[in-house]
Amino acid sequence: MQARKARKAINAVLKAHGQKRDNLIPILQDIQERMSCLSPEALHMVAEHLHLSENDVYGVATFYAQFRFHPPGRHRIKVCQGTACHVRGGGQVLEAIVRKIGIFPGETTEDGNFSLERVACFGSCALPPVVVVDDKVYGRMSARKIEKLIEGLE
Amino acid sequence: MNFTDIKQQSRQSWERFARPDAPRVLVGSATCGRAAGALDVLRAFREACAGDPALDDVHIHEVGCLGMCYAEPLVEIRGPGGGRVLYQGVRGDMVPDLVREHLVGGRPVFNHAVCMMEGPPVEDLPLFQELPMIRHQLRVVVRNCGIVDPTNIHHYIARGGYSGFARALGMDSDAVIEEIKASGLRGRGGAGFPTGLKWGFARKSAGKIKYVICNADEGDPGAFMDRSVLEGDPHAVLEGLLIAGYAIGATHGYVYCRAEYPLAIERLQKAIQQMREKRLLGRKILGSPFAFEITIKKGAGAFVCGEETSLMQSIEGKRGMPRSRPPFPAVSGLFGKPTNINNVETLAAVSAIMEKGGQWYAGIGTEKSKGTKTFSLAGKITRTGLIEVPMGISLRTIIEDIGGGVLDGKGFKAVQTGGPSGGCVPAKHLDLPVDYEHLAQVGSIMGSGGMIVIDDESCMVDVAKYFLGFTENESCGKCVPCRMGTQHLLRILTAITEGKGSVEDLESIRKIGETMKKASLCGLGQTAPNPALTTLDSFMDEYLAHIKDRKCPAGVCRALIRFRIDPKLCTGCMACAKACPVGAVSGKKKKPHRIDFDLCIRCGACRQACKFNAVIVE
Repeated sequence: MQARKARKAINAVLKAHGQKRDNLIPILQDIQERMSCLSPEALHMVAEHLHLSENDVYGVATFYAQFRFHPPGRHRIKVCQGTACHVRGGGQVLEAIVRKIGIFPGETTEDGNFSLERVACFGSCALPPVVVVDDKVYGRMSARKIEKLIEGLE
Repeated sequence: MNFTDIKQQSRQSWERFARPDAPRVLVGSATCGRAAGALDVLRAFREACAGDPALDDVHIHEVGCLGMCYAEPLVEIRGPGGGRVLYQGVRGDMVPDLVREHLVGGRPVFNHAVCMMEGPPVEDLPLFQELPMIRHQLRVVVRNCGIVDPTNIHHYIARGGYSGFARALGMDSDAVIEEIKASGLRGRGGAGFPTGLKWGFARKSAGKIKYVICNADEGDPGAFMDRSVLEGDPHAVLEGLLIAGYAIGATHGYVYCRAEYPLAIERLQKAIQQMREKRLLGRKILGSPFAFEITIKKGAGAFVCGEETSLMQSIEGKRGMPRSRPPFPAVSGLFGKPTNINNVETLAAVSAIMEKGGQWYAGIGTEKSKGTKTFSLAGKITRTGLIEVPMGISLRTIIEDIGGGVLDGKGFKAVQTGGPSGGCVPAKHLDLPVDYEHLAQVGSIMGSGGMIVIDDESCMVDVAKYFLGFTENESCGKCVPCRMGTQHLLRILTAITEGKGSVEDLESIRKIGETMKKASLCGLGQTAPNPALTTLDSFMDEYLAHIKDRKCPAGVCRALIRFRIDPKLCTGCMACAKACPVGAVSGKKKKPHRIDFDLCIRCGACRQACKFNAVIVE
């Protein structure tokens, strides 16, 4: 039942895009936005739609950092590791999160509550260190502040 | 509607916005403002004004960034008296006070006010243009940021927008290229190639279908100039793209914007829709035979896509890997057609140049580097923000006068320019004029404009390791010099920071670096060794301290340091004990504390928390 629903949603995305190759990345982005990640079945359907090999589609999807193959946690924590954040203690903030929720960047907690990502730069370099939780930007973080923030989410 | 009518309509809209007797609130809500809480402030103003009949005619607008990011959230209020006052650090709970006093009462709230934007002087509030941070700046690219509503095309047009394009339409396209050549504008993405010359190549290429691309894939960590312009004044960039399209004879433009900038993408989409409504896109633009369309392409998180050939691969739906040149994009670019690609800032300068003339622009800057350059000033500096200065200004003016010097009065060590492709300029070069030539002379590059200030508490080996960690991760792996070179450099630098380096390693860094510079396929690999090479040149003593003495003089590299509490300075306030994540700090209240070296993970949290400088790094 759920599989059929997923296929329907993916088909709707495919229908909205043409069959030329330059649609590949926008299609993957749209599917991920709807389904939260790219499943093997989704990639298979995309390959068929664009008349590409699955290999080719995987090649593109794995090249770009944006694409995920596992669902993210309910709360997505993204830690900026840009230069300005680095020199103002972004590393310590990341470590504090790792200690607090017990996972490393790229992982999701077992209960599915949190996932952790490191991001090269959000471009909010005037407010370092920066952490983005569920698309809300938090500037001037510290190890203590992020611990409290996470406690508030649990 | 012809352009004269559009201008007339825009002027009316602007006059309503700028009318001095109408109370108005402008909230700076670009991404950095939002990170500081601008949206809460915006909501508070809307709530305070809703339901109060006396405040019915107050207009509340979101505007872009004025560049004073350190003071965010910034709010500009124009009360019944007419003067426009800028407030800094506004929080939601301050809003009722600001509304009652200033918006209703006409009395500025002085303890949060920074300056007057315009209007009769009020007490001793300085004017915006006289602020130390603003005085040395010249705002060309960011001319409208923070001043206009970026979602309103009328504001842009009323302040001279699209008149440069209208002027170009009345000229021969070769004449437009000549005008850009006369301005002396050079590519602001980093390489500094003359823009007019580049356009000339694409213009001369044979072919019916040509493309222009705006490179908005601002990937350098520590750089946010393009984001600010796209969020605060998207039309300035789109007009530049339109002019480029006309000049080289393209019918289609792409804006390739990184996905990490959702607000910029939203603003671009809205702006393109408005251009369509005003017939500035589509067929027969402004009644001329010129036809043009713009598509936004969202990046998918690959730094290498800032490189032009990779970017085009990405638009085509492929892995974003560079290819060797020639053929150059001007001959065979996107989908194999002649393509011209310019950076966001370049295009925003183009629209200003076409409005005011190439001669005007050439009158700014130095002999070989004309015009202005934006920089994002960040790191250990008092006033972080986005600045725009004439080329040739000294680094000292930027850091000491505009940026207000190093944060917390610490010692200045270096400034990192050009991101992962650039280098570190040490203190001895502080009086260096900032332009393409002089930065290259000291081994760094202008780059896209990231400027990170480094103080004496930052370790230069660690900074070099940081950048190599970044480029190693982002290297696409296509060519060997970059793929292997970044890995080896990172391995060597990591060993040095762990006290496992040898003097021979320094020679290896130089050799590998030189090979990468000469043999890598694209700019990423060619410039990736720069952070290591420039720090090696200027900070050899720090490298040697790590290698020979097994010490990190800045107290950063963990394997080489130990934290200790000075019992004479410790007041027993317990701040460090609370901050310590592993419980390594012990001691009774009001008695000196001590750190258990075995438990300590050297995270530095205690040192950050201590207000009495009692935590010492050894």
